[in-house]
Amino acid sequence: MENRKRKGSRKKMYMRMVAGSLIRRASRLIIAVLAIAIGATILSGLVTIYYDIPEQLGREFRSYGANLIVLPRGEAKITRETLGKLRNLIGTDKIVGMAPYRYQTVKINEQPYIIAGTDLSQAEKNSPFWYVEGEWGNSQETSRVMVGSEIARTLGLKIGDSFTVQGVRYGEKAEASRQDLSAEENLKRDLARQNFHKKLTVRGIVSTGGAEEGFIFADIDMLDELISDTFRADVIECSIVADAAGLSELSAKIEREIPELQPRAVRRLTQSQDIVLGKLQALVLLVTVVVLIITMISVYTTMTAMVAERRREIALKKALGAENKLVMGELLGEGVLLGLTGGALGVFLGFEFALRVSLNVFGRGINFQIALIPITIAVFIIITVTASIIPVRRVMDIHPAIVLKGE
Amino acid sequence: MKILELKNVSKIYGNLKALADINLSVNAGDWLSIMGPSGSGKTTMINIIGCMDTPSTGSVILDGTDISRENSVNLTRIRRDKIGLIFQQFHLISYLTAVENVMVAQYYHSMPDEEEAMEALAKVGLADRARHLPAQLSGGEQQRVCIARALINSPQILLGDEPTGNLDEENESIVVDIFRRLHDEGVTIIIVTHDPEVGDVAQRKIILEHGRVVDDIDQSATFGEALKLKGKS
Ligand SMILES: Nc1ncnc2c1ncn2[C@@H]1O[C@H](COP(=O)(O)OP(=O)(O)OP(=O)(O)O)[C@@H](O)[C@H]1O
Ligand SMILES: [Mg+2]
Repeated sequence: MENRKRKGSRKKMYMRMVAGSLIRRASRLIIAVLAIAIGATILSGLVTIYYDIPEQLGREFRSYGANLIVLPRGEAKITRETLGKLRNLIGTDKIVGMAPYRYQTVKINEQPYIIAGTDLSQAEKNSPFWYVEGEWGNSQETSRVMVGSEIARTLGLKIGDSFTVQGVRYGEKAEASRQDLSAEENLKRDLARQNFHKKLTVRGIVSTGGAEEGFIFADIDMLDELISDTFRADVIECSIVADAAGLSELSAKIEREIPELQPRAVRRLTQSQDIVLGKLQALVLLVTVVVLIITMISVYTTMTAMVAERRREIALKKALGAENKLVMGELLGEGVLLGLTGGALGVFLGFEFALRVSLNVFGRGINFQIALIPITIAVFIIITVTASIIPVRRVMDIHPAIVLKGE
Repeated sequence: MKILELKNVSKIYGNLKALADINLSVNAGDWLSIMGPSGSGKTTMINIIGCMDTPSTGSVILDGTDISRENSVNLTRIRRDKIGLIFQQFHLISYLTAVENVMVAQYYHSMPDEEEAMEALAKVGLADRARHLPAQLSGGEQQRVCIARALINSPQILLGDEPTGNLDEENESIVVDIFRRLHDEGVTIIIVTHDPEVGDVAQRKIILEHGRVVDDIDQSATFGEALKLKGKS
């Protein structure tokens, strides 16, 4: 009982000495704490970003277009029901955009063109990089459509211009214009029951540098209505937050669970995404290691200077009967507290730093790993103590008689 | 009863004999002054007695144990248990208060005990300055804290290497008064000094020259006279 009480009071004196040294010598230690705090800031910030990069960049990469193309297997088309199944299978939280496409040949001024019927708002999410003069089409004003820039050029269309599309309703046979009939008779034939025609207005002109410039983009429901058919998609273009491995896993799952579909990952995109990610993460790792080394060096330097500066105090303690290991324990205790203070300070600054980076670079918040708080603090305590070991060992070389005699 | 005995003690640095064949014995409760010119070996001698250094040859018997061949770990332990040290420079820990500085000696010895440390400070007249940091104390006050610290573990011998060397006359006499009280309580006191007045207060005075004891003076006749109340009245 007596003994335990006495032990407690020794511990208390130890804390009093260590804390006294840190608090009353605070101005001397600011630089050391700052060095550790900066190290901890960069470390916790970078690690936070490191864990968040796949998610962040995954979404960022989604602005480069669809990364999963889903086709029907065989002759059948994709029904609305199957589309729904696919959406549920992938999960809405992973889907950036999911646009079904139906391609329909129509005639404008007796020349054939293709209307791509789609969910325009989803198509926009898939392809934010399309350059659209005017506005994107939507599902409300369905007769105002987007045309590819190539079509606009051949037909001489500007924003607000109108044009008429004609074609054969779904399931009916097209009858070609016949040379032996008069133009009037041909027109009458075209206006017959099995045919459709509709006046559309140009709402936007699409430039992509690719095949899209040769299409007319319209609302898929409007197109179905026009050709008197139910929903039948030729293809579904998906933009999904996933890396290459995630996508191929997902493809396998789709094939297994919705056998009527045939998924194809857009390899060029997913691979370059993985390469960029890998390089970025390697870079973050490298910077982290460098920061840790620099922190260790600065702690080492600070502790070396501190031991030199406190030679007299150390000599005095030894003269008073302190064993080396006790004095070293006190200095290491100070190191632990330095690491704790700097590490704790740094973790919170690091989260702030990561948040700012994320907001500036990716334009969104960041997921903090709460586990990072104790880990960072522990890492910096270990670093401080490790970097202090060599300087603190110099305590053994301090001879009280020689140090205390002089000056 | 002999508390300390030096037998043929020499300390040799290269070809310099800092101490040359010293023989000396001190009785428990004695008050001894060591005087002599600079470089005569006073500090060397007090360091050997205080277990901070070991002689090149000869033996030192402290309280029945020969300390001349002990390793540094044992010397540290003996110093902690038997010796109280006072230096010319005050050597207080700057970030600890007066009472904490006293408690440091308790901490390394056994158990810190704040009450006891406060009593020790009261004994040297510093009860009201216990919570001050060394920088907030005068030189005399700092040296009194050092004395309180040296005495806190009840050492058998109090060693001082010019303990009044950095003090003005008034503080010098305060410190000497404290020594006198300690002597009355039976503490063995060995003081190195340059100051003849301080040297004269002791019961016995030895003079060193070139590492040898050239004079050993019994002052018990005049003991207690010098420096009395000087600077106080
Ligand atoms: N570590 C050492 N190495 C070499 N020579 C030393 C060492 N310590 C002391 N000496 C020498 O030993 C001699 C005695 O030194 P010491 O410090 O004991 O003198 P002192 O009597 O205390 O002098 P002072 O009155 O100036 O303090 C001196 O000549 C000194 O130069
Ligand atoms: Mg000296």
